Amino acid sequence: MLRRKRNLIPFLFLILLLLATITAEWWLPVSPSFMDSNQRLMAPSSKYWFGTDHFGRDLFGQTIIAARVSLLVGFTVALLSTILGTITGLIAGYYKKLDAIIMRIIDGMLAFPSLLLALALVAALGGSITNIIIALTFSFWPVMTRVVRSSVLQVKNIQYVEAAKTSGVKDPVILTKYILPNVLSPIIVQGTFIFARSILAEAALSFLGVGVEPSIPTWGNMLQESQIYITMAPWFSIFPGIFIVATVLSLNILGDGLRDAFDPYSQGKKKRKKQPFKQKKQYAS
Amino acid sequence: MLEIKNLKAYIDTSDGVVKAVDGVSFSIKPGETIGIVGESGSGKSVLAHSIMQLNPKPPTFYPEGEILFNGKNLLQLKEKELRKIRGNEIAMIYQDPMSSLNPVFKIGDQLMEAILTHHSMPKSKARQRAIELLTDVGISDAEKRFNSYPHQFSGGMRQRVLIAIALACNPKILIADEPTTALDVTIQAQILELMKSIQEKYGTAIIIISHDLGVVAQMAEKVLVMYSGRIVEKGNVEDIFYHTSMPYTWSLLRSLPRIDSESRTRLLNIEGQPPNLIHPPSGCNFHPRCPFATDQCKTVDPQLSKRSADHSAACILSEEEFNEAKKRIEKGEQERRMEHV
Repeated sequence: MLRRKRNLIPFLFLILLLLATITAEWWLPVSPSFMDSNQRLMAPSSKYWFGTDHFGRDLFGQTIIAARVSLLVGFTVALLSTILGTITGLIAGYYKKLDAIIMRIIDGMLAFPSLLLALALVAALGGSITNIIIALTFSFWPVMTRVVRSSVLQVKNIQYVEAAKTSGVKDPVILTKYILPNVLSPIIVQGTFIFARSILAEAALSFLGVGVEPSIPTWGNMLQESQIYITMAPWFSIFPGIFIVATVLSLNILGDGLRDAFDPYSQGKKKRKKQPFKQKKQYAS
Repeated sequence: MLEIKNLKAYIDTSDGVVKAVDGVSFSIKPGETIGIVGESGSGKSVLAHSIMQLNPKPPTFYPEGEILFNGKNLLQLKEKELRKIRGNEIAMIYQDPMSSLNPVFKIGDQLMEAILTHHSMPKSKARQRAIELLTDVGISDAEKRFNSYPHQFSGGMRQRVLIAIALACNPKILIADEPTTALDVTIQAQILELMKSIQEKYGTAIIIISHDLGVVAQMAEKVLVMYSGRIVEKGNVEDIFYHTSMPYTWSLLRSLPRIDSESRTRLLNIEGQPPNLIHPPSGCNFHPRCPFATDQCKTVDPQLSKRSADHSAACILSEEEFNEAKKRIEKGEQERRMEHV
């Protein structure tokens, strides 16, 4: 999958962002929490690449540090909703009786717009990283359940599943060894998309003021704080905005790439080296 | 060993109850081969799945009958006990070898899985047994092939692997549901040959389900002809093929292309469609399509009656009447053909 240029750039961007944000303390020239009260709302310069905020803090450092929360929330939500969604989806797809019960609950949850549901949950639970993760997981896993269930419904009718039953294999083994490996690709693809969507959702929640507490730098918090200064210091909003867009876009492109890589029907589109047409030597008689 | 008594398997659908298997009885002894023939929708596969108890319940239900396997009624066993029988005592081979193997696991692992499901033994021993089995079903270089994935195998080889999986626990009965339908003719012959040699080696009883009369003639000793969920004729291969005494069987046989036919005539077909199993026709189920049908057939539902010691058929015509009618029809056809010429 990474052989394609289209996928390589977003992949590299995400890896770089991850490494940069983890090791930020060691290499940032200016500590992101250092307030230079003479340099408030400064335009980008050689010292402050992205400019400074209303406290005179380095925006570059802030933006990089803020990626921690976004990536942490995104990854955890993606992981948790994948696990939950896969388990419920497998059960719903395989057992007809439980299907009706599980899917009605899922349908009920899907009836709420996911961001609104998360908003209500965070408002009720209180804003903290853990609560945001809980709220977002709760609003995103029903989608995963649907995806997994529909794939299971397809796979369970393929003959090898019936053949496994005929040879006396137990249901848990059938689910984990015969069905799960064969529905893995939609799960991974959907997981990537949930990753991207929860980064966006976390930023939106923080922007609305119900997300992570304002003292922790996140892209959403930065956007929220920058609102008032948008005419004076547009760079304050632009750079976190660019990072949100770039991260979400990268994840979506990767998700598409994964889907193509798993989809046997799109393999034909791969560029193949055209073999020059060899003409058979004709022997004159 | 296996005895089926008046088995009825009905399927509850929104349009009504489909009588997929409607009062079937037969029995099979160790080492015997029984062929079940019939057209699509005649209930062959539902019957096979009933023996394995693999019909989804609901909508399938069994209003009557018994499936006795070594004295135990399979219809009353719990899922857990059934699992011990499936694969271990009764195994099954499917029609489509292309989709009957799990694409993400190695051939060898799937074979070992089949062995280890029913027998606890060290993995090295299971592996050894798996390689033995692969050799038994004629896969050369089994040691190397053990680590292949299903997509690296051809259809015939996959069917061999499936046979190996079915034989993994040395079952007493092997149900082959159209085992050769998806294979080309040369491979078909090889697979049938293989099944025969396996039967000799392991003493397995085989139930072979097919719509291919040739396959059944080659493999089976006894034949059951099914039509609309019932057995309409049963007997030895000889009886069925040479002393046919049921119009349906006769029509089936006549619709086969024959290598020894004297004239280049069109293939004969059976007019009409298989009956609706929700509202079966009155009287004999076959009468709307039967060239011999009389008014009596619309009201009388014939039961299986003896023609000779092992041979019985469900038709109101006696053997003599049937033979006479047969001659009459064949003669009429010949005359019509002559007119055309």
